[in-house]
Amino acid sequence: MGDRQKWQAEYDRSSRRDVPFETMSGVPLEPVYGPEGAELPGQWPYTRGPYASMYRSRLWTMRQFAGFGTAADTNHRFKELLASGGSGLSTAFDMPTLLGRDSDDPMAKGEVGRAGVAVDTQADMETLFSGIDLGTVSTSMTINSAAAVVMAMYVGVGDRTGVARQALSGTIQNDILKEYQAQKEYVFPPRPSVRLVTDLMRFATAELPRWHPVSISGYHIREAGSTATQELAFTLANGFAYVEAALAAGLVVDAFAPRLSFFFNAHMDFFEEIAKYRAARRIWAHWMRDRYGATDGRSLQLRFHTQTAGVSLTAQQPEVNMARVAIEALSAVLGGTQSLHTDSYDEALALPTERAARLALRTQQVVAEETGVVHVADPLGGSWFVESLTDELESQAESVFAHLLEVGSGSMLDGVIASIEDGWFGTEIADAAYQFQSKITSGKWVQVGVNGYTDGDDHQPPTLYVDPEVESRQLADLEAIKQARDDDAVRSSVERLSKEATDPTLNLMPALIEAAARYVTVGECMGALESVFGTWVERSYV
Amino acid sequence: MPDDRPVRVLLAKVGLDGHDRGLRVVARILRDGGFEVVFAGLRQTTDMITASVIEEDVDVVGVSMHNGAHLTLAPAVVASLRDAGLNTPVVVGGIVPDVDLPKMLEAGIYAVLGPGASNAEVVAIIKAAAGATTDEGTAKPAGTGGRT
Repeated sequence: MGDRQKWQAEYDRSSRRDVPFETMSGVPLEPVYGPEGAELPGQWPYTRGPYASMYRSRLWTMRQFAGFGTAADTNHRFKELLASGGSGLSTAFDMPTLLGRDSDDPMAKGEVGRAGVAVDTQADMETLFSGIDLGTVSTSMTINSAAAVVMAMYVGVGDRTGVARQALSGTIQNDILKEYQAQKEYVFPPRPSVRLVTDLMRFATAELPRWHPVSISGYHIREAGSTATQELAFTLANGFAYVEAALAAGLVVDAFAPRLSFFFNAHMDFFEEIAKYRAARRIWAHWMRDRYGATDGRSLQLRFHTQTAGVSLTAQQPEVNMARVAIEALSAVLGGTQSLHTDSYDEALALPTERAARLALRTQQVVAEETGVVHVADPLGGSWFVESLTDELESQAESVFAHLLEVGSGSMLDGVIASIEDGWFGTEIADAAYQFQSKITSGKWVQVGVNGYTDGDDHQPPTLYVDPEVESRQLADLEAIKQARDDDAVRSSVERLSKEATDPTLNLMPALIEAAARYVTVGECMGALESVFGTWVERSYV
Repeated sequence: MPDDRPVRVLLAKVGLDGHDRGLRVVARILRDGGFEVVFAGLRQTTDMITASVIEEDVDVVGVSMHNGAHLTLAPAVVASLRDAGLNTPVVVGGIVPDVDLPKMLEAGIYAVLGPGASNAEVVAIIKAAAGATTDEGTAKPAGTGGRT
């Protein structure tokens, strides 16, 4: 069967949303356009999209990231988002939780519940998802260093509320490599951290068939200042590194690769962003088939979440950010994203208010319902410009892969870790950030409201106020949990964890799930692991 | 500040916040501007900062904050320096809402460099801070614009 017939068969089999696929004036539209022999969506090498019918079957998931204050505060925001038509939950944790520290840790002072929700024990997770059916909602959790610990707590909440593990659906970021490169939320050195990633992959492969155990993230690499090409190349290199780590841990490629997903940034250079998503799909398909021997189509199809670029937002004339977000969201949709977070216009000032978060969601709904761009898959495919830019980004990314493979003597995992250890990624990203800043300083890049069109910056919107009492409320809750739990059980769980950490062939997830159920804190679990794994201090570079 | 050497600036992130893009860009702006940069980097405590100021004979401390904890952590940096008998001015860069600026001033912060502060503003504020021997500053945001 030719590609066209295969595509047609898949398209015919797919479900269809109940809307007319035509222009506003009634011109009927084909599901995809192109000459005979052109690439097709859902077909090798998937440049034009992972699925034959794309948004005709299902729109992307509108997944707005939220979290602040205590678990009860965020639970309220979750329910508000679900009520206004959001289709998935996305959890932001506070800095202490992200770094595996309890709210009563001296380093946590001032940061409890500030930039996300504070989670100390499974009890906080029970409150966070209270009244929400984990069997029907899909949840994304943005956490990396302490991912395995928080995942164990989420499984525990499901267990307690009678939701079968097979029914848990969602994504945990669990992408530690980009933490060393960009976001800097690391705790342990890279190698034991990668073991935790693969432990969670092994556990999910065995017990959580609807869970995505790693979301390989370029978002933070871009936010830290990289170019689009660096975002593409570093992210996919990290993806290949996880594949190699999972293979080395004994997993079969087609058993886990279908559950890998990606997370990209949507920045302001409209066509470059679209080319980036298209190139990412093509590169992934080639490498998974040719280098890692995957044969299942789902292992070859790169699926991704997108968030609009927080770093593109300005504190000056903040309402202008709504225009930026709309343009970025459109690039993600034209690039074929599977889920999307649109930033709120007030995010350069503070965490978003509820009103600003709703406007951001509405922006996606405008793209989905009013623009008609969802009727045709990869509408820019075949554009000489976009096709050429796609090829160019692919070729630049391949040069980076070649460099990393050389550094790793043929291993992408070793190449990536060595390039973390010697500060190569950090220096590359810092160089790009400085070059961009220099363009703004010299006026070669005009950012509206910052170095051009600066009149009229006279309205500051109201910003979210996080009650400083959050910290003391969280501390009181934590103290109460510590008083109520069984100290002997806690001690034995902590001992089991540090003992099992010394044997790299063991999967740490069962010990973590046991600890979570006994209300061992995030900090106690991480401390037990740190006593074996040690602590990472990055090599100094500017 | 001795006259025979460039102004020495310590740059640090306090607490757990890992957003170091701004700090690294500022480091390069200051180096290009003829300053000497002591890059302390991530996860610094107030004690570590004070110790580095003494050890490296630092003239100005620059701390970067993107985590909403500025009202807790920035005054703690100033207090730690003053407890050690140091007058070193402290400049904060990052995301500080306007409503918090008076409190930052009261706490003895010399200045706040907001998002979108130009390279020239960064250099001018640090230069002015180095010339000031007390913490009588203006917590006036230099540039209130977008993070870049």
